[in-house]
Amino acid sequence: MNGADAIIKCLEAEGVETVFGYPGVAICPFYNSILESDIRTILIRTEQNAAHAASGVARITGKPGVCAVTSGPGATNVITGIATAFADSIPLICITGQVNSELLGSDVFQEADITGAVESFVKYSYLIKDVNEIPRVFKEAFYIANTGRKGPVLIDIPIDIQNATINKFKYPEEVKLRTYKPTVKGNAVQIKKVIKELEKAKRPIICAGGGVLLSDAQEELRRFSEEHQIPVVSTMMGIGVMPTRHPMYFGMVGNNGKAYANRAMNESDLLIMVGARVADRAVSQPDLITKGKILVHIDVDPAEIGKNAGATIPLVGDAKHIFQDFLNEEVTGNYEDWLNTLCEYRSTMEKKRTPNPDYVDPAAFITRLSEKMQDDGVYVADVGQNQIWSCGYHIVKEGQFLTSGGMGTMGYSIPAALGAKVAAPHRQVIAVCGDGSFQMSMMELATMKQHNVPVKIIVLKNNYLGMVRQYQHFTYKDHYSVVDLSGSPDLEKLAAAYDIPFLRLMNMEKVEETIDAFLQKDESMLLECIIDPMDLV
Amino acid sequence: MQKKVFQLLVDNTSGVLSRISGLFSRRGYNIESITAGVTADPRFTRITIVASGDDEILEQIEKQVAKLVDVRDIKELKPSESVYRELVLIKVRASADTRQSIISIADIFRAKIVDVAPESLIVELTGDQSKIDAFISLLEGHEILELARTGIAGLGRGIENVTYIEA
Repeated sequence: MNGADAIIKCLEAEGVETVFGYPGVAICPFYNSILESDIRTILIRTEQNAAHAASGVARITGKPGVCAVTSGPGATNVITGIATAFADSIPLICITGQVNSELLGSDVFQEADITGAVESFVKYSYLIKDVNEIPRVFKEAFYIANTGRKGPVLIDIPIDIQNATINKFKYPEEVKLRTYKPTVKGNAVQIKKVIKELEKAKRPIICAGGGVLLSDAQEELRRFSEEHQIPVVSTMMGIGVMPTRHPMYFGMVGNNGKAYANRAMNESDLLIMVGARVADRAVSQPDLITKGKILVHIDVDPAEIGKNAGATIPLVGDAKHIFQDFLNEEVTGNYEDWLNTLCEYRSTMEKKRTPNPDYVDPAAFITRLSEKMQDDGVYVADVGQNQIWSCGYHIVKEGQFLTSGGMGTMGYSIPAALGAKVAAPHRQVIAVCGDGSFQMSMMELATMKQHNVPVKIIVLKNNYLGMVRQYQHFTYKDHYSVVDLSGSPDLEKLAAAYDIPFLRLMNMEKVEETIDAFLQKDESMLLECIIDPMDLV
Repeated sequence: MQKKVFQLLVDNTSGVLSRISGLFSRRGYNIESITAGVTADPRFTRITIVASGDDEILEQIEKQVAKLVDVRDIKELKPSESVYRELVLIKVRASADTRQSIISIADIFRAKIVDVAPESLIVELTGDQSKIDAFISLLEGHEILELARTGIAGLGRGIENVTYIEA
């Protein structure tokens, strides 16, 4: 057994079903050994997307997604995908081939110091220099990636280590990490304090972030909200914690969120922030969420608490455990007046849009699409105006909403949707992108075709990099610079070239039958929606 | 702005020092000095960091460093409860006329002359930072040719705050 065989054994032991990647000489021993395994390999068309696809898997399965690429440019290409996962705390295992360990540091062909280069975007990284370390390193890597605050772990393996004979393979049953011990259980005293404050509060609210989904705590949070009639808002990464039309849910906060959600959060007297970083896009003025109110900040990462806003009650731990503890507590509180106020805000403060009837109205289209989607469907939003419309108008039922929140990486939706569909072949998976973000990942149409992964793609086409155009509209008084997307391909011909069925929607007249046709079969399809180039989010 | 001294116990893995110093540079934290050396148990390294910033930054430094996978423990070493020491080597230009005056300053500070050359002396001094600063300022009338400071190493007093390493 050589090192490469050992790596495959480790992946099998971790229950890995799919590896996304792109081979090169330095990772060839790995791709040679994987042929003897049942692990599915998917040849992605550029390495960045291997990490995004693995991210899609991770967000569906709750286990680390895995990608494997070669040394040098293969490794450096994957960095944007790793950084995207890091910003959203998505667990990944990224395996990179490396040049012969004897040659490390001598600038040979396709050598890149990848562990050095990704240092600020990974939770941890390894450079394996002894083949016998492989089992321990993989055991640790999977553990580190998927515990505490989750994140990507990179393992760099020189080709000679992959080829070296391993003395005896034994996958460790448990990890022995002397220095890494994330806090899971919340402090009981702090939990009691929260309950006490909740009983005193008149206007409590929960703001749920992506950490709630990462700890799989949505059911506990939902029950807690329902039992005590506590309203919930979410950050962008927290979309899906509550069904959009749940009576206790009051929308997404932030500068691109709902006005009534922000108002609800700002006017509360007790804010329970859970699994959210309080980052600039969600909370542009941290003062507003601390002044005159009790801020309870729950996070598995103690460094997030107090980083952007000083918490009255810091509570370190895993959201699922903490909400289970909350559910075991008696709470007497009556928030009916507050709820009535919020319901009024919700019904009166929805932004009025004045759609141009000559085009598809992205807001109405997205709402109609999501109403017609399967209840457990997966909606993957890209980055740009399309993302803001998706956040604002997609209706989550019991499905999932995936997007690149922290990093805002264009081109995320198609590869992430591909990963999601591979992980959940029986669920409907739809990627919604703009014509800019589509062109950053359209090479993956070939991957979908080759590996028969029936992802559905919607392109909201306006011939502009719309989000930047909108910014230039407001900030530079329509002084547009490098945002015109002229020269884009005819998507109908492009779809034909990839042998993928194509639909086009010019305006709202045929929206019903077009969506029905688009969703009808479990097959790949490309739907182009022509939207007003001057539309604003 | 204030200064804090942190004592770290970290896994002695390759790259651990760059992971820690990289964290300081990418988050824009000020590091005044950093010293590192292996402990009695070769699996671990003891690092002493002097950092400066306002209260919030110093709190973030402690939390972000604690978060690194290789870091076993980080503690503040408070001046009243700790011992800090720094070592400095100073090469001073010394002629037959000035040599004796340098040596007498060194004597007052219990510094050692560790090298004597026709035109220079090297003086070695150990102490806390204020002692070293005072010594350097007393040498002002002389020409300091070269100076090397180690940065401080520190330990807490007594056994209350010792971090024991499990086997």
